[in-house]
Amino acid sequence: MNYLQHRISSGVIAVIAIWVCWISYTQKPAEAFLFPRVIATIFMTLAICTFIKALLGRTKTGNGLSLQAAKNMAPGIVIAVIYIFWAAKALGFYVSGTIAFFMLLSFYDPASNNEPKTWIKRVIITVGFITIMYALFALVLQVYTPRGMFI
Amino acid sequence: MEFIYYFGEVFTPVSMLLLIGGTIGGLILGATPGLSPTMAVALLIPFTFHLTAVHGLILLGAAYTSTVAGGAVSAILLKIPGAPANIATTLDGHTMAQKGDGAKALQLSFISSLIGGVFGVILLIFLTPVLAQWALAFGPSHLFWLAILGVTVIGSLDSNSVVKGLLSGCIGMWLATIGFDDMLGVKRFVFHPSLGGGVNIIPALIGLFAIPQVITMFAKGRFDTSVEQIKVKKHPIGAAIKEVLSRKIALVVGTITGSIIGLIPGVGGQIAGLVAYDQARKFSPERTKFGTGHSEGIIAAEAANNAMVGPSLVPLLTLSIPGSPTAAVLLGGLLIHGIFPGTDLFENHPDVVWPFINSMLIGQVLMCIFGIYIASFAARVSQVPQSVMAATVLGLAVFGSYAVQQSMGDVYVMAVLGCMMYFLERFGFTAAPLVLGLILGPIAESNFVQGSMIANAQNGAFTYFFTGGLNMLLIAVAVVSIAYSAWSELSTREDA
Repeated sequence: MNYLQHRISSGVIAVIAIWVCWISYTQKPAEAFLFPRVIATIFMTLAICTFIKALLGRTKTGNGLSLQAAKNMAPGIVIAVIYIFWAAKALGFYVSGTIAFFMLLSFYDPASNNEPKTWIKRVIITVGFITIMYALFALVLQVYTPRGMFI
Repeated sequence: MEFIYYFGEVFTPVSMLLLIGGTIGGLILGATPGLSPTMAVALLIPFTFHLTAVHGLILLGAAYTSTVAGGAVSAILLKIPGAPANIATTLDGHTMAQKGDGAKALQLSFISSLIGGVFGVILLIFLTPVLAQWALAFGPSHLFWLAILGVTVIGSLDSNSVVKGLLSGCIGMWLATIGFDDMLGVKRFVFHPSLGGGVNIIPALIGLFAIPQVITMFAKGRFDTSVEQIKVKKHPIGAAIKEVLSRKIALVVGTITGSIIGLIPGVGGQIAGLVAYDQARKFSPERTKFGTGHSEGIIAAEAANNAMVGPSLVPLLTLSIPGSPTAAVLLGGLLIHGIFPGTDLFENHPDVVWPFINSMLIGQVLMCIFGIYIASFAARVSQVPQSVMAATVLGLAVFGSYAVQQSMGDVYVMAVLGCMMYFLERFGFTAAPLVLGLILGPIAESNFVQGSMIANAQNGAFTYFFTGGLNMLLIAVAVVSIAYSAWSELSTREDA
């Protein structure tokens, strides 16, 4: 049990809850914020309770985040963030989807990177995935996705 | 007996195609470790957006039923439960498979799932209209308390920490208030243009259930997923049917336990299998054989898992309170088609609700047939490396969220909520209460506002919301569920 992490996380939640509560009580017209005020008050009370429990070291649930797990997930999260918040719109869904899928596969596939067979397999899986996505969303569901610079 | 009139809709070519597709897809998804029934149903919701309400619900119902049963395949052959609901199945299922009886274990599992599942759906058919009639007496104050009850029950029972469960519910309810106020058209908590239309349920569901799973797979890093897979030898199906029917105690205990647990809002299938396994062992004359590859262990656990599915929809369809986290996601599926569960559901939408329920009955039979025949194939699929799984789920989540309103804002909301949920889960929070808060929040708010208006014209808010038999009953149930969970939490800690 990592108590420091619990203290930080519950502290962040408590700060957000206080902020939500403050907005609910200061925004006008009051009638529009009647229900949010009730929810925000309970939200803040529970968040402060959780924070106090964490401060006292009484938190019993949740294992926190290990350094190894953080290191492992970092490349995946970076790829996903670039894909979702920039590439999907700038390069288009299918191009960015193909690149992101292939990169994630290459980062997390336990197979040896030195064998050409591994790379061929990854390319085949990526092409298969994006073909299915295209067939499903563009042809069957007729969803028009951003094409980015490839318009 | 109104449901009989709507059987024809299930046997149309499109419905049957969706039912078969949903069943086979659900079995494969269920057999895949890491893809829980809740996540599978959440990922399917964007596809139902392009279907009619009845077809969309048939697909979701088939997926719900078969993912729960499909989880037994990897539990038996790989000792990896496809879903938390299948944990009890590994105890005897995998041991039996190791002894060379993998096919028998799979057959016992699917046949008992069928029997439990059919019983559960029959309960759904006969209990739901009765409860719906009773719910007709509900006014705004009762509907407000019902929404609050839904969040508190699932928040307190589905979480290891009552305070964190309730806090998750509050976060969900607050997220539901983002966007424009329905009554006055005032902007509330719109911190980014993407939030102008509020938090759409589907991207939120995908983010909250799929993204934490993707990040969990990332967190494991590069690792070898090769698991020893047991070869399945042939076993006569007739012998398996005979075996299931001869183990009456396990079958009855499993089916009844699963049905009762399904009816309790918020409890869900996670514990149905384990509770039924434990009860069947207590009642069995061969209790010492449990854990050694004994057929009664598999029968009780799997009958309970699927018996839970139907009853978990009873409180959902009548009172808007889901019986399990997957039922909470199904509630989102109903709402996007403009179907509001509750008092007048069977009067306004019998052409949607009855074919949906009937399809679940037919789906149980299909699940058993396809389950037995594609079990070994599904087991191979369940060995798909986590790297492929993570990349596929992420891609599906992005495309699926975008497809709902063709908006990048929804994709951003999905990603932000998903990341937030991953970190919340690391600190003991669960997604189900948050989702329920998000879904039931608008119902609670609209009834709260309506109730406040009525209260102002009558004797005041306190009298309107806190007096009357039904109000007091609903408040009492919410308080009891919180108190019971708090007591269980404290006693578990003292035992530890």
